[in-house]
Amino acid sequence: MKYTFPLAAVIALVLIAWIGSQIPGMQYLFGVALPYLAMALFVGGFCYRVIQWAKSPVPFRIPTTCGQGYSLPWIKRDKLEAPNNTSEVVARMFLEIFLFRSLWRNTKSEALSGPKITYESSRWLWLFSIIFHYSFLIIVLRHMRMFLEPVPFLVSALEYGDGIMQIGAPVMYMTDAAIILGLLLLFGRRLVNRQVRYISLANDYFPLYLIFSIALTGILMRFFLRDGIDVVAIKTLAVGLVTFQPTISGDIGSIFYIHLFLVCCLLAYFPFSKLMHLGGVFLSPTRNMANNSRMRRHINPWNDPKIKPHSYAGYEDDFRADMIEQGIPVEKELPTKADD
Amino acid sequence: MAVVKVDTLSRSVAEGPSLMTGSIPRRDWQDMPVQFKPGNYAYPTKSEILAYLDSQPGISLPNARDWSPEDDDWKLPEDWKETIINGLAERLDKFRSLKIFMDCCVRCGACADKCHFFLGTGDPKNMPVMRAELLRSIYRQEFTLAGKLLGKMAGGRKMTTGVLKEWFMYAYQCTECRRCSVFCPYGIDTAEITMMLRELLHLVGCGINWAMEPVANSNRTGNHMGLTPQAYKGNVDFLCEDIEGLTGIKVNPTFNRKGAEVLFITPSADVFAEPGLFTCMGYLLLFEAIGLDYTWSTYASEGGNFGLFTSNEVMKKLNGKMYAEAKRLGVKWILGGECGHMWRVVHQYMDTMNGPADFLEVPKSPITGTVFDNAASTKMVHISEFTADLIKNNKIKFDKSRNAHVKATFHDSCNPARAMGLLDEPRYILDHVLDEWHEMPENTIREKTFCCGSGTALNTDEIMELRMRSGLPRANAVKHVFDKHAVNTLACVCAIDRATLTTLMDYWVPEVTVAGITELVGNALVVEGEKRQELDEGLRTLVF
Repeated sequence: MKYTFPLAAVIALVLIAWIGSQIPGMQYLFGVALPYLAMALFVGGFCYRVIQWAKSPVPFRIPTTCGQGYSLPWIKRDKLEAPNNTSEVVARMFLEIFLFRSLWRNTKSEALSGPKITYESSRWLWLFSIIFHYSFLIIVLRHMRMFLEPVPFLVSALEYGDGIMQIGAPVMYMTDAAIILGLLLLFGRRLVNRQVRYISLANDYFPLYLIFSIALTGILMRFFLRDGIDVVAIKTLAVGLVTFQPTISGDIGSIFYIHLFLVCCLLAYFPFSKLMHLGGVFLSPTRNMANNSRMRRHINPWNDPKIKPHSYAGYEDDFRADMIEQGIPVEKELPTKADD
Repeated sequence: MAVVKVDTLSRSVAEGPSLMTGSIPRRDWQDMPVQFKPGNYAYPTKSEILAYLDSQPGISLPNARDWSPEDDDWKLPEDWKETIINGLAERLDKFRSLKIFMDCCVRCGACADKCHFFLGTGDPKNMPVMRAELLRSIYRQEFTLAGKLLGKMAGGRKMTTGVLKEWFMYAYQCTECRRCSVFCPYGIDTAEITMMLRELLHLVGCGINWAMEPVANSNRTGNHMGLTPQAYKGNVDFLCEDIEGLTGIKVNPTFNRKGAEVLFITPSADVFAEPGLFTCMGYLLLFEAIGLDYTWSTYASEGGNFGLFTSNEVMKKLNGKMYAEAKRLGVKWILGGECGHMWRVVHQYMDTMNGPADFLEVPKSPITGTVFDNAASTKMVHISEFTADLIKNNKIKFDKSRNAHVKATFHDSCNPARAMGLLDEPRYILDHVLDEWHEMPENTIREKTFCCGSGTALNTDEIMELRMRSGLPRANAVKHVFDKHAVNTLACVCAIDRATLTTLMDYWVPEVTVAGITELVGNALVVEGEKRQELDEGLRTLVF
């Protein structure tokens, strides 16, 4: 069920857009109203989540140190893995966010007879993730040409670079192939890796199916279902959307509406799902804090001054006689015994 | 309880049907209720212990009662469900870490085979991601829009007694070692999850005695072992007699002395039981050799803090004694002994909870003049930092041949490694006191070190098989260097390790003994005026 239900959901979404967009007058809903709604949900939801996170304080300084910390001056420290100040934390976060440094460490363990437990470097997940995330990023940036007039140089350059292999006409983008490949690899890993397979939920398959469908409809639109894909009309719509003067001109094919509707679904779904790891990775206290808690006092806003240790006076009252007998200094002497 | 034979356990780990060996359970994890039976759970808190703790000002540990995990009815309070959900809401508001860790996991599985409990048991719910899902599923159901609307389809599930029992089982099969957090692309730290689970369980009176009795002892007597001042001093005095017998050096430690420059605090296990005793002898001898002006305290006689394994309130309450005693005695700074979780508390929590320590001075070694600016605010220095500095400045002399009987490897304790970054100081010391020592394989040391398997108050005998399983990854790495280099000593900087690794080695690698770093320092130390006998086993040598 965790495989099929999300698949059925994505198929249903495709059908909704396909059939819906053919009903006269509904183009405005799919081309204008839903994109605005989805964008509002995305931006609003994203901000809401980040604000919700930020509202909770970070009571304790809990970085995970993955290297030698700041110590005696002659002990070589690991600035990236046990950062001691903000700039080192920024460097650590940069590597984490842009190069997935923690995944680079990954190992695969096996229990062999003996018993002997082995740990083998395993960077497949790192590779699959890099392929997927970077293709996705480049594709999103490439799409900026739709919304911006004139097209910025960087976007054109990216597009040129992405198509540099010059395969076919229209030119095939490397990232189109790569994102499909990345998604298939990540999906395949979810099925093949027994541990990952067991922990996976419907919430893990749905975004994979959804993004796959988005990529697929995009590719179909560019290479195979070109009838009715009036690029000028689409660009007019896209520029209209960002300038808040949307106009739907000409006759745009269903495949475009399917593609757009799925993107809207992704945007709307994003803030309410695990995809928020995009925002969360910046805020993770084990990664974004400096390991300097003995040098600078960290403040906990809800620290309760009423929690006090069992007092020394109470302790001495309990053990005074024995302490005196043992010659341990005391604050108060024993009361002189009253005469019988 | 008889522990399973090592051959049987070996076969079970490598061949038994488990997720580690390749068989995937047919049922979803949500449909696999936990079953408690003798040996797979630690005994619950004795009701009188819990009642005593609940009576202490500043902390709340309600619902003391007699109950057993094996019973169907856990005698939970009437409104337990509400208590749990409200407790979770409160903690989501107090800890950003919890919120982020609930929301961000993508179930990539990078953490799955990093946990020593999973490697040793193959139990799917011991994968860190799954341990978190036990809580996350309730979070989704109760606190997220998707979970409220879609329930199970969005990965939610209803809070039931079955879920609560599952929490009790798996919150006490995690030692908060943070190894998974090293590998997680978002740094999700299962220690945070386990801490929250344990706090929630305490709200309804479900805890384990091996954690709570030391907490109660520590609160009243100052130490886990419940040693009274006379017993504490008596034990240290005994060790001084031994030192005199072995080395001819007369050591005169002081207790609760006002005006000493330094307050020394170490886990009470060091003055109570082998092999920690030998580490303690190392401290005594070292401080005597350098003429340190220091005092012990019987009031703050515990470096360890089982509050870390209980709740942040209890941790703060127990930890408060360190600064309180330092202030009362008027010392300049605090020196801390070898201990793992103690150092997590000191490094990451103490100053925040009980500071500012403005009555102390920035630690400065009276012997070398080195200022420990890495402890400028907390004002507490680790014994390995202190010793390494002495060695670097040539203030102590060693005769490595006195450690000729030792061929060591070094175990990084979880907390100094992953919550402090103390990795090279102990290694530097080892280089100077030993002729020969060898590292364990790269994926099992430093930040990737494996837990002893019995941390966070799990070093209790009724779960011995579980401990031998969870300690296997560590033991296996020791076995590797034993086979390769004939290593005979496992050195460490942790009191829990000294106790638990000894049991673990006896089971998996009986040829290897466990020693604290400062014991090895004491062995090799050349002290002026000594009349040292031929000590075949260093400070462990029996003399009559």
